[in-house]
Amino acid sequence: MSQIELQHIDVTFQQKRRTVHAVKDVSLSVEKGEIFGIVGLSGAGKSTLVRTINYLQAPTNGKVLVDGTDLTQASAKTIAAARRKIGFIFQNFNLIGNRTLAQNLAFALTAGGYPEKEQPARITELLALVGLADRQDNYPSQLSGGQKQRVGIARALANDPDILLCDEATSALDVETAEEIIQILKDINQRLHITIVFITHQLEVARSLFDRVAVMEAGCLVEQSATYDLFAAPQSDMGQRLVNRFLDTTLPAKVQAQLIQQTGQLLALRYRGSDSLSPIITQIAKNTGVDINIIQGRVEFIQDRAIGVLAVYLTGSAVAISQAIQAFQQRVDYVEEVSVNA
Amino acid sequence: MHETIVILQQNLGQALWDTAKMVFISGFIGIIFGTLIGLFLYYFSNPLFSPHPVTNSIVGFVINAIRSLPFLILMVVLIPFAKLVAGDPYTPLGGAVSLSVAAIPFFARLAEGAFAEIDAGVVEAARSTGASFWLIFQEVLFPEALPALIRGIVLTLISLLGYSAMVGTIGAGGIGDLAIQYGYNRYNTGVLVSVIVILIVIVQIVQWCGDQLAEHYTRS
Repeated sequence: MSQIELQHIDVTFQQKRRTVHAVKDVSLSVEKGEIFGIVGLSGAGKSTLVRTINYLQAPTNGKVLVDGTDLTQASAKTIAAARRKIGFIFQNFNLIGNRTLAQNLAFALTAGGYPEKEQPARITELLALVGLADRQDNYPSQLSGGQKQRVGIARALANDPDILLCDEATSALDVETAEEIIQILKDINQRLHITIVFITHQLEVARSLFDRVAVMEAGCLVEQSATYDLFAAPQSDMGQRLVNRFLDTTLPAKVQAQLIQQTGQLLALRYRGSDSLSPIITQIAKNTGVDINIIQGRVEFIQDRAIGVLAVYLTGSAVAISQAIQAFQQRVDYVEEVSVNA
Repeated sequence: MHETIVILQQNLGQALWDTAKMVFISGFIGIIFGTLIGLFLYYFSNPLFSPHPVTNSIVGFVINAIRSLPFLILMVVLIPFAKLVAGDPYTPLGGAVSLSVAAIPFFARLAEGAFAEIDAGVVEAARSTGASFWLIFQEVLFPEALPALIRGIVLTLISLLGYSAMVGTIGAGGIGDLAIQYGYNRYNTGVLVSVIVILIVIVQIVQWCGDQLAEHYTRS
């Protein structure tokens, strides 16, 4: 049995004169101990969907099963009990501004029924875990964004949760701080075997953190795969849009201006593995008679596995070019015919 | 000049004491019940808790109804009620009754606003811990709303000080009554000016203390 199972989730909001369908028939399951990501543009319904898991958002239709308990059928008491075992990390940290860090954590501990006498020791332990041991009596306003998020993580971990939900947890942070937070989450996942569901619009996060990833668009789940596969060969339109922007092969305007005077075809290629493509390129050039010019190329690492990213320019007869494209389609994971702009 | 001093010597102490009684009794009742009603309105309007539009609009209607009456009229209408509660409506205690009735809905709206201004994300985070509403109130809503509540208390006390002068004129006494009785009806400008100066000083002090307290409890 999966740890989290969402079955045919629909969420609609009744607004004045119109109904907003935020989540449409989404089904997914998350296994114990994995880091599952949901990516998509803002407004795709990710935040709403993730909130159904701890029932901050009740679905209009569908079932939410957490460790086998159906929250849609559960009493308020059962839901509160489930929430204590599900930590939540927010984009804007959401700490209690007029309370010290220790008091912020004490609140979460009290909510989880942690004995009051043992709270001070637990608070020290939690703050040490996120590297803020000496900041107990500080107020959140005295911390940087990254430090606030560490407190957010400490709070989410207060009651030894089985699941951690992260809503754009790195999106309000600069790149370096975001990486720190990602490292902390990875570490937590490995040491404590906590299942993490992380939603984001940043593919950088997906690349280094997620085991599996789902893509959402306009309330629908359009794709679900291992993270490496999403980057190597996205299936859905939205998946391609997101990945293409991330593994960008757009050429500088100057280079484009030179290419536009020629009658060739620009291709963006992606392939699994770090091997060089030159044997394939040489072979295809020989077989079809086109000239293949490598404009740019690099290797990206997704979950420590390599993906080659290449832009090549083909020149030759129209027939030869289309033969070459077909040949590439058979030999590499992703081929896109890119039009050159003036 | 001599006459003014005599009048003030004989009456000012009692008048200040009567005003203090009226303002503090009604202020205390207004703040306690106003906070509860404000919290009630917040709870039944916030989507994070239990939105209940019908309950909310009924309570809201009653509050608006009381607040729409000019205080002078409310006071007159409440004379029988004050008699019932305080025995004699023409005493500081009697005056405090109508002042309390005015203070409760006044502070209720201020308290509702103070709670509604709390960052929804912080409340959502509190909800996500599985905390009970009572715990959320104690540890999140109250500390986060406290500075705004303190400013509301200052506003309420100053308004009540003003209203107490009106209650005073129908017989409840107090510093406003002193100004009207001697300063206006008996043409003693000295008393009138003295009362004005005293009122200005009181209001400044209350405002200053409130600002200091609100500042002290603001950490964000």
